[in-house]
Order: sequence, then C-alpha cells, then structure tokens
Amino acid sequence: MSNINRRNFLKLSAGIAAGTTLGAGAAYTPAALAQAGWGNQPEKGAKLRVLRWSRFVQGDIDQYMKNVQAFTAKYGIEVRVDNESWEDVRPKAAVAANTGAGPDIILGTNDDADLYPEKLLDVTDLANYLGKKYGGWYPAGEAYLRPNGKNWIGIPLGAAGSMIVYRESQVKAAGFDSFPKDTDTFLKMMQALKAKGTPGGFALGHATGDANTWCHWLVWAFGGKMVDKSGKVVLDSPETIKALEYSKELYATFIPGTLSWLDPSNNKVFLDGQISVTNNGISIYYAAKTSKDPKILAMAADINHASYPVGPAGTGIAFHLFLNQMIFKYTKYPKAAKEFIRFMMEEEQFGPWMQASIGYVAHPLAAYAKNPIWTVDPKHLQYRDAVKDLRPAGYDGKLGYASAGALADFIIVDMVAEAASGSKTPKEAAAAAQKRAERYYKV
Amino acid sequence: MHRLLDNRNVLGVLFMLPAGALLLVFLTYPLGLGTWLGFTDAKIGRPGEWIGAENFTYLFGDSVARLSLFNTFFYTIVASILKFALGLWLALLLNKNLPFKAFLRAIVLLPFIVPTALSAIAFWWMYDSQFSVISWTLTKMGVIDGYIDFLGEPWLARFSTIAANVWRGVPFVAITLLAGLQTVPPSLYEAASLDGATEWQKFWYVTLPMLTPIIAVVMTFSVLFTFTDFQLIYVLTRGGPLNATHLMATLSFQRAIPGGALGEGAALATSMVPFLLAAILFSYFGLQRRAWQQGGTDK
Repeated sequence: MSNINRRNFLKLSAGIAAGTTLGAGAAYTPAALAQAGWGNQPEKGAKLRVLRWSRFVQGDIDQYMKNVQAFTAKYGIEVRVDNESWEDVRPKAAVAANTGAGPDIILGTNDDADLYPEKLLDVTDLANYLGKKYGGWYPAGEAYLRPNGKNWIGIPLGAAGSMIVYRESQVKAAGFDSFPKDTDTFLKMMQALKAKGTPGGFALGHATGDANTWCHWLVWAFGGKMVDKSGKVVLDSPETIKALEYSKELYATFIPGTLSWLDPSNNKVFLDGQISVTNNGISIYYAAKTSKDPKILAMAADINHASYPVGPAGTGIAFHLFLNQMIFKYTKYPKAAKEFIRFMMEEEQFGPWMQASIGYVAHPLAAYAKNPIWTVDPKHLQYRDAVKDLRPAGYDGKLGYASAGALADFIIVDMVAEAASGSKTPKEAAAAAQKRAERYYKV
Repeated sequence: MHRLLDNRNVLGVLFMLPAGALLLVFLTYPLGLGTWLGFTDAKIGRPGEWIGAENFTYLFGDSVARLSLFNTFFYTIVASILKFALGLWLALLLNKNLPFKAFLRAIVLLPFIVPTALSAIAFWWMYDSQFSVISWTLTKMGVIDGYIDFLGEPWLARFSTIAANVWRGVPFVAITLLAGLQTVPPSLYEAASLDGATEWQKFWYVTLPMLTPIIAVVMTFSVLFTFTDFQLIYVLTRGGPLNATHLMATLSFQRAIPGGALGEGAALATSMVPFLLAAILFSYFGLQRRAWQQGGTDK
C-alpha cells in the first residue's frame, strides 16, 4: 500500500519540480489543453483514492507512483493509491459498486465495467479528447468500455499481453529455425520438442490468466466461439470439436502436470529451464533480464516471443487480460478524478510508464505504438499489439454478466482440459460446456 | 422506576440487551441477508428481485454444483474420520508420561497455529507437479520414475487436499481430546485394574464413554470447519483440476464474486446450512452427555 500524505508530497514535489522540463510543463497549461478540446477544472480541495492491481513487474509501480506524485505536485490534489492482487480487485470493485462507497477510481480487469455500467461516471468527453489526440482507441477498448456504442463508462488502460514465450536454442535444436506460424507446424514442433526431451507446457488448471488466454485462442483458431452476435450459445460446434481434437494431440506433447497449473506455475517451470514453450505476459522475460542469478540472466538471451499460430479459421487472434480505469459515480470529486486519468494517459506520463514496465501493459491508443519501448528490444515487439488484436472472451456476443460469469466459471478452460486429458471425448466436453454456457446466457 | 429496576426479570432482560444487539447485528443480519440474497437474482452492482427457489432448482440441474456437493461430502467425511482417528491416537500418546511432555504438546499445536494461507502455500510447493519435494525424494530413492501429479489427477487431487486438511486439523482434535482425557478420574482406572480389565477394556469401557461429550463438541467443530473449508482449496487448486476439488464454499465464491452472480452464490452458500445444522443436531442429540454419566441410567 502506498500513501501520499501532505508531508511526503511537499518533499517530493520539490524533486519533481526540478525534474520536470519546462517544455513538457507548457503543454499542460489550461489554455493549451482547452485548445485540444479539454476544459476541466478539478474541484478545490479534492482528494482521490485509487485502487489498482498490484504490479506484475516492479518498474510498473515505481513509475506509476512517480506519475502520481507528479500529478499531486501539479494540482495539489492528494492521491492515495492502494494495491491489491489483481484477482481481488474485482470483489472490491463490486462491493464499491454495490454499496456506493469506496475508492474514487478503480483499475479493474476484463468486463468489470460491464457488470455495473450505471454505477460508473460517464467519461465520454475524456475518451473523446484522448482518442482524438492519440490516434484513436483500439476496438477492444470500445467493446469493453463503450457498450452502447455511444457513452464511455471507463477509460482503457491497456492489456497485459499473453504471448508465446519460447527458448530459441531448443526450438532450433528441434529443427525449427523460426517459431511456427500455423497450428499444424506448431503441433509438429511441439512433438519434436517432446522427442528431444525439452517439452513445452500450457496451463490447464484454474489459472485465471494463463489458462483462459491460450484456451480461448485455441477455440478461436479453429473457428469455434462461445456465442453468436445475438447471444445464442454456439460453443458445441464442429469447429470447437476440431479444436478439442487438436488439443488432445497438443496435450500429449506437454510436460506432465499441466492440469494442476495455476498462474505462477509456468513462470517457475520456465525459469527453471524445464520447459521450452509456454504462453505468458512479458514477465518471464522481465524476470530473466533483471535477475541477479547469472544462470537465469544468461537465459534471457535465449528467450524469445512469438504470436499465437494461425489456425484453420485463418486467425491466431488471442484473448489478453484487459485493463480499465473506472470512476464511480459516488465520487465527490468527479472532475479531479477525470483529470487524474487524463494526466496518467498523456504521453508524458504513459510513455515512461510503459517503458518502466517494459511493455507489460500494452497501450490502448494507436499513437503509442510508436513508443520506443516496442523497438528498443526486438523481443518486446510481439506484445505491442496486444490491445489492437485483442478479442474479448465473450466473443462474439455482448459483454456483461453472462460473459463475465462464463469466463469466471472456467467453462472454456475446463472444456479444453477435459478433452485434452481424455477425461471426456471432445464431443462430450463440447456438449457439457455448451450446457454450462447456456445457463449463463439463459436460453 | 426504582421498583422496576429492582425486578430481577427486568434487570435480566436489560443486561442481556447489549449481547442480544451484538448477535443481531453481527450474526443474524449477515446470515439473514445471505439467505435472502439466495432467493433473489442479485448480481454484482445490481440489487436483485425475488425469484423464489429458482436459484436452487437451477443449481440442482448444474453438473458442477452437484459435483461440488459430492466433493464437499467426500472431503468432509474422509477428512473428519482421519482427523478423529489420528487426533485420538495422538491424544492418547500425549497423555502418557513422556519426556519433554509440555514441549511435545506445544509442538503438536504448530500446524494449527500457522495461518492456513501460509501452510497451504507450503503444501502447494510440496504438491507441485515440477518442484515437489515428495516426488523429488522418491525419485532420488529410486521408488518412482516420474513426478507425481498430486493436484493434476482428479482423485489424487482430492486425496492430496484432504491430506493437507487433516494435517492442519489434527492438532485441534488432539489437544482438545487430551484435555478431555485429563478429566477422567484415575480412580476409575484403578477400579478397572482391580477388576482385572485389559488395556483395551479400560479404553473401551472407561476412556471412550467418559470422552464422548468432548468428542461430540470437538467433532462438531471439526466437521463444521472442514465442510466450510475455503482457503486451502483456493490456494492449492482453485477448485481444479476439472472441478474435482471444488467445494461448495469455493464454488459459491467463484460464482458470486468473480462471476458476478451474487444470488446464485448466496443460494449455494445457503444450501450448506441444512447440512451443517444436521451435523450439529446429530452430535447434540447423538453424542451428548448421557444420563448414566450423571449417575442415572439410560432409558
């Protein structure tokens, strides 16, 4: 938990004042902002409380807090930032929404905002301003936070991309010069890796992040999907069954034990050198790169990232952990809250923040694709388009209670795990999942 | 007024008021609210409408909810039996004259003192599919070739979580039964010895009957704790693999909070109450102090 009180603020503001260049400061004069279509006067004596998910990479929180301090220095608005494990933010945000009291701003995940749109402050003006200034929002941001196509109920923060992480030397030793681009070659490579004694592994336990992301990719790559546009469950389809048949073959190449894997499992196993391929955020690479252990540090040079292979459906599109920023209607300082989010999303803050977290969170605004973080190390590039290419888990229907419930209940993950492990046939697994999904999308 | 305050009955009610208010606010209200929510379609961020027993019929038709009911029973029954057997055995051992008696008794309590979340993480490492110390030792000893998938195979996962629960629950049973053992008057054993009773007969005809009241209390609590276990499962498996270790408590949380279906989650939690009540009533009427223990005769 981080607390910024007045005393700290005074100490810090001196340092920040010295560090802020005049040029950057000038861009923020009210006149310049008004010209860009932003006129907003934070309430006098405003104080803000922000609840966010705790960092996945240290650089994130360090720079985030620096930005918060810069905001406090500039506007004289005290900001208290609380951190909670990302899976605990959802219940807290839900309680805040239900009781009408709590933090002014909550940084949530996935379809949180779609669960209580009427409790959230309309931020259309802010979204328009930022969108116009920075080359527009990616469609995923709109899918999550502009549910009626008109009003924005939150501001996208980005997405923690989930990509393929692999060991270059081991993939090469298995006879592949580059990472396979399609599912057929991918399977062949996984089989070759297994034969070489350097298998891959993907989480199949109730790993909220890792299992959900790759299992959704698998179903989509073969053309399966949870619901159609009208919200009718169409999961039990020939496409899904093909995906599940594929998963069986794929699972046979995994390191043993993936059925029990939770989110941290593949990170541990990968960094221990036991697997050659998995899916993850950039955190494995970050951990290797910043490790004090020379053995792991050396591994960083051998780690590379790749996009998910393209399947028969002609797409390798994936699901990533989407991150949002919500202002609750009960806040006493709506203008200050909007100003805070605007400030944090401006290039001067957002750019350094992305850099400090080496792209753990990919930007939701098109213009930020130019940020040097994506090119300074060619291994970052795969994570650049996480939001651009993101497909929400509730595809192809509307987001809300049904999509959130189906995702939280691990319907897709359980289906893939059942079929892959052979505890059910692909047909049975798809039928069972269809039944479970229908309960959420009540037919 | 004075006379009223002198009245014992009035005073009694008056003195009970604070406790009554506390119970009402902190016990009855949350329980009532939870039960009420179970009969509504409340979602996170949206108050619910009364929908009668729809949540319950819906859950009854849900394969995962039924599986969680089975898991909960299996988990509770197996873990409770093991905890009772091991706990009683441990209590009998500790009741003997051992060297370092006080020290040993303190050590036995350790698993109970460590916060569940912490010991669960230790078990998580021990059961890890790649880093398990158990698998490592066994492979080094040449007993097995591959690592054991403790939490990946459904039945193995059930037994692994039960083992962790037993490890944690035994001290509570053991120490409480030990306290019970020490209240058994030595004169009874002397009398039994004079009658030529064997060790087994002493245990069966003296120790066990004298212990039943405390067994009733301790096992009621133990069953309640086990039936409502949450932390251990949440850390170890999150209900996986393939929902094989989902208990009603963990599924209720998953549905209500990350899933947003407050009403359904509350209904699932409320469904636990009858089973818990049954467990309490069973121990209350079945195992409570019998008349003979007070010198009367059983009817």
